[in-house]
Amino acid sequence: MQPFTQINGLVIPLNRPNVDTDAIIPKQYLKSIHRTGFGENLFDDWRYVDPGEPYMDHTKRRINPDFVLNQERYSNGEILLAQENYGCGSSREHAVWAMVNFGIRVVIAPSFADIFYGNTLNNGLLAITLPPEIIDQLFAEVEAAPGYRLQVDLTEKTITTPTGREIKFVIEEYRRHRLLNGLDDIGMTLLHAAEIRAYEATRRCQAPWLFDAR
Amino acid sequence: MGKTIAEKIFAAHLKDQPSPENMVLNLDVVMCHEITTPIAIMDLVEKGMDQVFDPTKIKAVIDHVTPAKDSKTAMQGKIMRDWAKRHNIKDFFDIGENGVCHALFPEKGFVRPGYTVIMGDSHTCTHGAFGAFAAGVGTTDLEVGIYKGVCSFRAPKTMKIVLEGSLAQGVTAKDVILAIIKKITVNGATDKIIEFVGPVVDKMTMAARMTLCNMAVEAGGTCGICLPDRVTAEYLWPFIQGEFATIDDAVSEYTKWHSDPDAAYEQVITIDVSSLTPQVTHGFKPDQVKDVTELAGSPIDQVYIGSCTNGRIEDLRDAASILKGKKLAPGVRGIVTPATPLIYSQALEEGIIKIFMDAGFCVLNPTCGACLGMSSGVLAEGEVCASTTNRNFNGRMGKGGMVHLMSPFSAAAAAVAGTIVDPRPYLNK
Repeated sequence: MQPFTQINGLVIPLNRPNVDTDAIIPKQYLKSIHRTGFGENLFDDWRYVDPGEPYMDHTKRRINPDFVLNQERYSNGEILLAQENYGCGSSREHAVWAMVNFGIRVVIAPSFADIFYGNTLNNGLLAITLPPEIIDQLFAEVEAAPGYRLQVDLTEKTITTPTGREIKFVIEEYRRHRLLNGLDDIGMTLLHAAEIRAYEATRRCQAPWLFDAR
Repeated sequence: MGKTIAEKIFAAHLKDQPSPENMVLNLDVVMCHEITTPIAIMDLVEKGMDQVFDPTKIKAVIDHVTPAKDSKTAMQGKIMRDWAKRHNIKDFFDIGENGVCHALFPEKGFVRPGYTVIMGDSHTCTHGAFGAFAAGVGTTDLEVGIYKGVCSFRAPKTMKIVLEGSLAQGVTAKDVILAIIKKITVNGATDKIIEFVGPVVDKMTMAARMTLCNMAVEAGGTCGICLPDRVTAEYLWPFIQGEFATIDDAVSEYTKWHSDPDAAYEQVITIDVSSLTPQVTHGFKPDQVKDVTELAGSPIDQVYIGSCTNGRIEDLRDAASILKGKKLAPGVRGIVTPATPLIYSQALEEGIIKIFMDAGFCVLNPTCGACLGMSSGVLAEGEVCASTTNRNFNGRMGKGGMVHLMSPFSAAAAAVAGTIVDPRPYLNK
């Protein structure tokens, strides 16, 4: 898993509440047995006009020009600005894989659904919660200014707007540690490579359950 | 300060607490199905870590798309089948024995009061009906569960919902949970466990409690939970009679899990259900709920009766009580999928399958199927389905399709009327 320290990224505004994981990655793509290859089907039903199936060449499908992901000004965006209860519904981790595969590194919203929030941590996707009034202000700024970027710094727990305004965010220390070090649950459980043995020795004291012989 | 049932379960299973907010719990049951598990299996194999922590604690089923509909879903099934064989997972349910996980595993007695359960499926919250902590997780957490038998959770916070009064005829647990979600919204229980208590819950069957807990996640809840009592012990008796001399002994043992009177709750909501009428969703969010009378007359194309919410024998009996001697309205398609083979065979013995068939329904094998729009009854663009399932998200049962969630009574009445309709005049009293 890729460690996260800081990025300066273009912001994609997805201004609708309760975006569910069915919408993030529709059911027909759940037949895959791999964690990769979901990026071009992120928000498939909104992004394309015609119905999609996994075997299609998605570059040949008709796109919905009104959807943000298809707008030139947001291309190569890495920060998704979203609304409340983002990621509700199905537990499918495919939703997070689709976002990460697409190139999203940070998602900012007033609130996240529980299972989705857990899944972001296991894939190095930084999920930041901010009060609704700050989110609404960010939406206004993004929509008003093409090329709007945010500097997100996990070390300092800050977001900096193009005008230099600094917004502090809160994140559990445990999550921050894991994201900074690129440790998903498996990484936490399966630390075994030679080059990280020293780290493992420390963790053995801190978290003995990870190393139990069964 | 006393503890809630969830706090007691967490304390009894605590393996580690890497930070005050995070609790790593030992797991009693790790449930697996063919949509989210194969990726975990492939990952473990690739890492050279193809092991399971305890094959007796892993329960696996092929249920989402079964029989396989194409080569991709066939491969998902094959990966599960080969894995179960390789690791000697005895409780693996394949074609002929398989059913919707959250209906099948309870009827096998796999979930007991005080248990911790995970599955790569959001409706795992259903199993809280047994007084267990049961939560849906992603594939990575599932993978760790399979490999090590542990899972990390945030320290539990509980919302208590007290259900008072008594349910009128034709009003069910489904109507209660829809009314609750309407009240607290789709975000109302996010990060919280919903503890359902009160005289209404005490009187509910296990099937009804499972319906109630099943939709906790639609309000954002991590888990729904009911206090284990005599109803729980009686349901589980065939599986626990070796452990207890009498049902009374089991009931008294299970009482230890009950929340203490001075336990702390994030929120307590009291609802009197006596005046509740049948509820139905509109729109594309599970909290968009109205009294059925407000939507009466809205046309439908399909009726779907089944799923982990309402595919149990009690649900089929409710629907059949309305459908007996009646026909589907012209132009309306009916699909019923008993949630497990046991339910199917009970329905056959009770003549319920014949009632459905005589009414013009298509009777499907047990599967999740059309509930998530993967197979067996997907909607076309512009079509409307009256459904006993749990999600009405835009496109859930097929791109451009619309789902109205309702009880089996309401779905059966809609099948006969051809529109959404108040089921109460259709009840055979």
